[in-house]
Amino acid sequence: MSESWWWPYVMIVVAGWLATDIWRWLGVIVGNRLREDSEILIWVRAVATALVAGVISRLILFPTGALASSPLALRIAAAVIGFVAFLYFKQRVVVGVLVAEAALVVGWLLI
Amino acid sequence: MSRPKQDTIDPQVRTAETKSSAYWALRGARAMVSIPAMILTAAFVGYAGLARESGLSLGETLAMTGMVWALPSIVVLTGAITGGASLLTAAVAVALASVRLMPMTVALMPMLKVDGRTKRWQLLIASHFVAVTAWVYAMKNLPSLPREARLPFFLGFGGGITSFVFVMTGVSYLLIEDMPAIVAGALFLLTPVYFTCSLWGASRLSSDKAAMILGLVLGPIFFVVVPGLDLLWTGLAGGTAAYLGVKGYGRYSR
Repeated sequence: MSESWWWPYVMIVVAGWLATDIWRWLGVIVGNRLREDSEILIWVRAVATALVAGVISRLILFPTGALASSPLALRIAAAVIGFVAFLYFKQRVVVGVLVAEAALVVGWLLI
Repeated sequence: MSRPKQDTIDPQVRTAETKSSAYWALRGARAMVSIPAMILTAAFVGYAGLARESGLSLGETLAMTGMVWALPSIVVLTGAITGGASLLTAAVAVALASVRLMPMTVALMPMLKVDGRTKRWQLLIASHFVAVTAWVYAMKNLPSLPREARLPFFLGFGGGITSFVFVMTGVSYLLIEDMPAIVAGALFLLTPVYFTCSLWGASRLSSDKAAMILGLVLGPIFFVVVPGLDLLWTGLAGGTAAYLGVKGYGRYSR
């Protein structure tokens, strides 16, 4: 069955689209009832923020694909240098991103 | 326009009442030429390389990009399809990887809606665009917009950036034969660094900043201890600790 051309699309619709959007819909149903200044929303924001931060450190520490072949210390150093540059230059995101990229590429070429 | 002078002085705030939804949707769509859009595109260009290496067809790659629209979930699904996982196993893995979208959507909705006027179906449509990049961008930029403008702006932004990334993913799938590791690696690093900087910029409350720091530290720990459920635990433990900690600290210092 898994040989037929349409099977991956069934996987994408059921295991991809439904399995993902169901959480967004639940979020709408719950979030629609909350007031913007409610205490519980401050907590939910903190939970969502910590969760996204978890995604970040996972992407840096346990990357998939090509980044996995770079040394761990180099990835951490590049990200930290980029973030410090971001803070130093009036929190300009583009500065942080470019500095981190430069640090990664230069470091990678030197190693 | 009846107040052209004010338009040039402060177009965002003064003319909120006179601007239509279409105007705000267009303004949102214009943000598809922006740093977050470029970075997300770069991340998806990197993904196109991965999809091609994994043996996915162009149609499958594009269907995933448009229908799932959350890169970590897409990567999980790619692994499941190419690894020959069953439909149920794949659905559970993707659902676990996507739980994070719920608290993010919950946090965004009160900011998007106009009480008594916004319909739930409108929010359900808008929610499809909730993914880390659009969420961080919205949390950072929506508060400075008039309330009526936020939903059309977000729909315009989400629709614009999705279409743009969709096209660029397809183009790069066709063009990229074999990317040098250093280029692909640099593309993959863009996303976490962009998230770090803009998430910090979007944190208005000290509880948000504390949650971000805790999440960065707890994420890898839970990834090792409870793989699969790690993001959920990172969010719940880190977020709750940050919330209670900042609340307790405020009480003491008062």
